[in-house]
Amino acid sequence: MQRVAQATGDHAVRARSEAIAFVIMACALVIAPMFAYPVFLMKALCFALFACAFNLLIGYVGLLSFGHALFFGWASYVGAHAAKVWGFPPELAILSGTATGAGLGAIVGALAIRRQGIYFAMITLALAQMMYFFAIQAPFTHGEDGIQAVPRGKLFGLIDLANQTNMYVTVLVIFLGCFLLIYRIINSPFGEVLKAIRENEARAVSLGYRTERYKLVAFVLSATFAGVAGATKALVFQLASLTDVDWPMSGEVILMTLVGGLGTLFGPVVGAFFMVTLENYLTTIGQWVFVVQGVIFVVCVLLFRRGIVGELAQILRVKL
Amino acid sequence: MFELFGISSQALFGQLLIGLINGSFYALLSLGLAVIFGMLNIINFTHGAQYMLGAFTAYFLLQYAGLGYWWAILLAPLIVGITGIIVERLFLQWLYRLDHLYGLLLTFGLALIFEGTFRNCFGSSGQPYSVPPALQGGQNLGFMFLPNYRAWVVVFSLAVCLTTWFVIERTKLGSYLRAATENPTLVRAFGINVPRMITLTYGFGVALAALAGVMAAPIYNVSPQMGANLIIVVFAVVVIGGMGSIMGAIVTGFGLGIIEGLTKVFFPEASNTVIFIIMAIVLLIRPAGLFGRAA
Repeated sequence: MQRVAQATGDHAVRARSEAIAFVIMACALVIAPMFAYPVFLMKALCFALFACAFNLLIGYVGLLSFGHALFFGWASYVGAHAAKVWGFPPELAILSGTATGAGLGAIVGALAIRRQGIYFAMITLALAQMMYFFAIQAPFTHGEDGIQAVPRGKLFGLIDLANQTNMYVTVLVIFLGCFLLIYRIINSPFGEVLKAIRENEARAVSLGYRTERYKLVAFVLSATFAGVAGATKALVFQLASLTDVDWPMSGEVILMTLVGGLGTLFGPVVGAFFMVTLENYLTTIGQWVFVVQGVIFVVCVLLFRRGIVGELAQILRVKL
Repeated sequence: MFELFGISSQALFGQLLIGLINGSFYALLSLGLAVIFGMLNIINFTHGAQYMLGAFTAYFLLQYAGLGYWWAILLAPLIVGITGIIVERLFLQWLYRLDHLYGLLLTFGLALIFEGTFRNCFGSSGQPYSVPPALQGGQNLGFMFLPNYRAWVVVFSLAVCLTTWFVIERTKLGSYLRAATENPTLVRAFGINVPRMITLTYGFGVALAALAGVMAAPIYNVSPQMGANLIIVVFAVVVIGGMGSIMGAIVTGFGLGIIEGLTKVFFPEASNTVIFIIMAIVLLIRPAGLFGRAA
């Protein structure tokens, strides 16, 4: 009885610390455009959502996908194509990108969850590379040029997204909405089963859970959110290009999540802002960016496995 | 020269030969990955970068020390192998008790560092490396022209692969290695220095990658990103073959190289993707891989 009481007590404390952190984050993002360029913030928000989607898989199911650029990049291609060639309004363009993410996630997920651990990472990487080659060859992606000059259009036929403030508010609403949805998923009974699989898959099986179905659903959800992020990014930059489907992008989202803290709620957001800011300052050094990323990988893995938010939570003794 | 299915025999067998050569690189690299994974429980993402380092070491030896191909094929694997040992001592040895994925992330970071540094110093374009004089020219076999160097690459890498197989499966040293893969604690209790064995295994796997790099140097140019795309294909090869068996890695490597070569002749559009498609099919039919045991 005492343990149950303590557990619910912990849960209440945790929910409180997370709620406070969420309010702080939301307020900071609302006033942020006064201090930073909206395009920079929108880029960071798209990557933050992408990293949150990735973290759903690695942080809560323990599956390392090395091919998440596949969903991000293809969603951005389809979103951009829908907006530019089919003349879709922005909300439908983002939805079609999202559907692309979900569909590809179902196919790749069904193949990849047939193997565990390290093989899972290699399979996702290989399938993503295959789709990268398709992206080079498919005519609608325009190869090296990418899909350029994508119109942002009018949201619901009313709000003109060419206006930077309107676009920022839209991206912010999408981000916060998806963030809350992911929070809800993690803390649902479904999310508890995912964590059980992460801790001990054999035991979850012995309790009668069909773990492969749970893993597949989690994979599709993660790919779907990655799709939202990719399609939104295509509208923000009015561009979909090969960079977004290539393997360095998969590495980057892993790095963002690792820097912020694997399996923490806010880690991916902090990590994404950290990396995007860093790259902003490092644009002048050109190719050395990869070397810097590599060094951060090595340092994080060897000395700093909890990440920024993980360390912070440790110091403050709260769950973030 | 004659025609077959409307394709000249030169084109067909020429591509087949390129397939065999790629296959020998796949075999050498996946062999190294399998040996390393067996002992260290780490998937070595740096393998592609180390293949590139092998090619660059050969290039440096020629440029700055005047040592040609034959010295390079001896020295480059040794030098890169030693850097591998340093990497293992500095970084990898701290990860053995952690989740596998940290090893993958760390070696991925190292690959970014190596490849990024070389790209900054040497640009993206390749440096030429000429075929050694003894292996220049070729034979006209009637149905195709066979360059001597390419024949040498196929024969030599097959020999290296089979020697590795023999050492691991048939000698006393190999039996220590296999035993340490199964149960390191017990092998240590018998008085065998397992940590040193792990270090040397990593060095050996890396040396194999460097050897492949030296052999690739005269065929493809020596360029910083020569390993980056190759390693992803090799991962697919490893998934198809499964890492359980040494012979499996060799057979899968050569076999997939040949299939890729044939695809280039009959359906060139798919030549980049055929290995990944085969991987997807194998996952559907035999999830554990062709030679793998179910985990």
